[in-house]
Amino acid sequence: MSRNIWTLPQLPPNVAAMLRYALKRLLSLIISLAIASLIIFFVIEVAPGDPAQFMLGLNAQPDTVAALRAELGLDVPKWERYLNWVGGMLTGDFGTSYTYRTPVAEMIADRLWVSLPLALYALTLSTLIAFPAGIYAAARRGRAGDVTVMGATQLGVAIPNFWFAMMLVLIFAINLRWFSAGGFAGWDKGLWTGLHSLTLPAIALALPQAAILARVMRSSLLDILGEDFMRTARAKGLSRRQALWRHGVRNALIPVLTIIGLQFAFLIAGGIIIEQVFYLPGLGRLIFQSISSRDLIVVESVVMLLVFAVIVVNFLVDLAYAAVDPRLRSRT
Amino acid sequence: MKRNLILGACLSSLFVLAALISFIWTPFDHTAMSIPDRLQTPNATHLLGTDHFGRDILSMIMVGARTSIAVALVAVGIGMALGVPLGLAAAARKGSWLDEFIMRGNDLIFAFPSLVIAILITAVFGAGAINAIIAIGIFNIPVFARITRGAALSLWEREFIMAARVAGKSAARISAEHILPNVANLLIVQGTIQFSLGILAEAGLSYVGLGAQPPTPSWGRMLADAQTMVSLAPHLALMPGVAIILTVLGLNLMGDGLRDYLDPRLRVQRT
Repeated sequence: MSRNIWTLPQLPPNVAAMLRYALKRLLSLIISLAIASLIIFFVIEVAPGDPAQFMLGLNAQPDTVAALRAELGLDVPKWERYLNWVGGMLTGDFGTSYTYRTPVAEMIADRLWVSLPLALYALTLSTLIAFPAGIYAAARRGRAGDVTVMGATQLGVAIPNFWFAMMLVLIFAINLRWFSAGGFAGWDKGLWTGLHSLTLPAIALALPQAAILARVMRSSLLDILGEDFMRTARAKGLSRRQALWRHGVRNALIPVLTIIGLQFAFLIAGGIIIEQVFYLPGLGRLIFQSISSRDLIVVESVVMLLVFAVIVVNFLVDLAYAAVDPRLRSRT
Repeated sequence: MKRNLILGACLSSLFVLAALISFIWTPFDHTAMSIPDRLQTPNATHLLGTDHFGRDILSMIMVGARTSIAVALVAVGIGMALGVPLGLAAAARKGSWLDEFIMRGNDLIFAFPSLVIAILITAVFGAGAINAIIAIGIFNIPVFARITRGAALSLWEREFIMAARVAGKSAARISAEHILPNVANLLIVQGTIQFSLGILAEAGLSYVGLGAQPPTPSWGRMLADAQTMVSLAPHLALMPGVAIILTVLGLNLMGDGLRDYLDPRLRVQRT
């Protein structure tokens, strides 16, 4: 009896299908990352100006500049530098900052301790606001409560988050003095102090996302409420409220979770602007400082990290989606 | 639901009108500084007050509307001009390597938020309103490509398209003569939504210094200037923000209203 070594007979067919799907998506993930890194590297490479010359100033001796170019690894062909850059990132070495002469990986790691908790905090807030709002609106479809919530979400989508951030500073920091107007206390002062200084930024970041999420939650729930199994649930004697919570909300969550996943990536990128409002030492500040000091290796690496985050989160969302909904595995 | 459409159209045209009028008339010269008049709260002469240089805020908002509208409009144009043909081509050759190539390319662009594209362009070419246009425009391409492909795919299954194929028309001609007119409504609705997103994005980019540069007036830059003075003169931050919110709100309401108006099936469902 000959058996193909590539089929794993122990696996039930649905697990095997899932595995095949995951491998296929993983392959396209790697291709996407490779192309993205190529685009980022060569776009930045077009930038005029030689970093070594920039660092040493106009009066530098040519041999000093040449020595620095060699030290920074700028004296080899572009392709080799690209491979060095990508190879370095794979091993956690992001190169050395032109300006600060410290490893880029360290600088990024420091800043991530602000940007990542901020994004997670905002995501939590947005979910906590959006779920009840969306469920409430769906349950009271067409009535005053629904109209109010939907009106509020229209407004929420229209408000620029950085402007909302400034208003929060005006009200809660300057007038009420409940929070500081900016800066980050640091995690070493305790979890509570750290969270406290991230609260206003997180609220500002969460608001438009919550508005979008609430709308998705509502429309997803409304779709489910029209399904036959909801009528069956009522017919077997559940009250409206019981049917809504036991069968409606759970089934409506699938598309909502997808949106949450997509929003996380955008929260990290969107945090860049909010960090400017609150003078938070996150990735956003790092990237703007690096642009103005032409520290392009830092710009390159932070941008790659942001794009990496978006691509990987999308990949995970796709996997999660396929795990819940088997029909998707057969599609591409 | 027609109320939304009318309210939205009124709000949006108010700002388009303000931008157009600003070419021939503004209450004051938006660049004229007058230190004695600085930081005035709204009053009879300066309806929305003055900034820290004594410039009239209403005039600045009117001229700023030009920048916002121009950037967002051109960005929608770029997105449509490139995205729609790509979407039509992908749908016409469904399942082929071309379709796969276009859709994978779209996924890739999707991984670059407009802010990140703007950062990349600025790092290379320096800041400016053109960057904002290109960044938001690139961001719009996959949006239009996807929506066009999705709508076109279902049209390709319809009988009247079959008839056109039987009549010997090429895929390109069918796409241009039969598919495009039938997805136009959808594109108008999506265009309105992308237009409002573009105005938000332009404000954000200008706020962090990646968009319009002085002396070009822009709502985002007005907000950035206002930030240091927010405790001294809150109206400086309030006015441009309200302008952005009303414009975006108006466009969104108009987009929703148009969707209901142009898609009769939705109207039946609602009632």
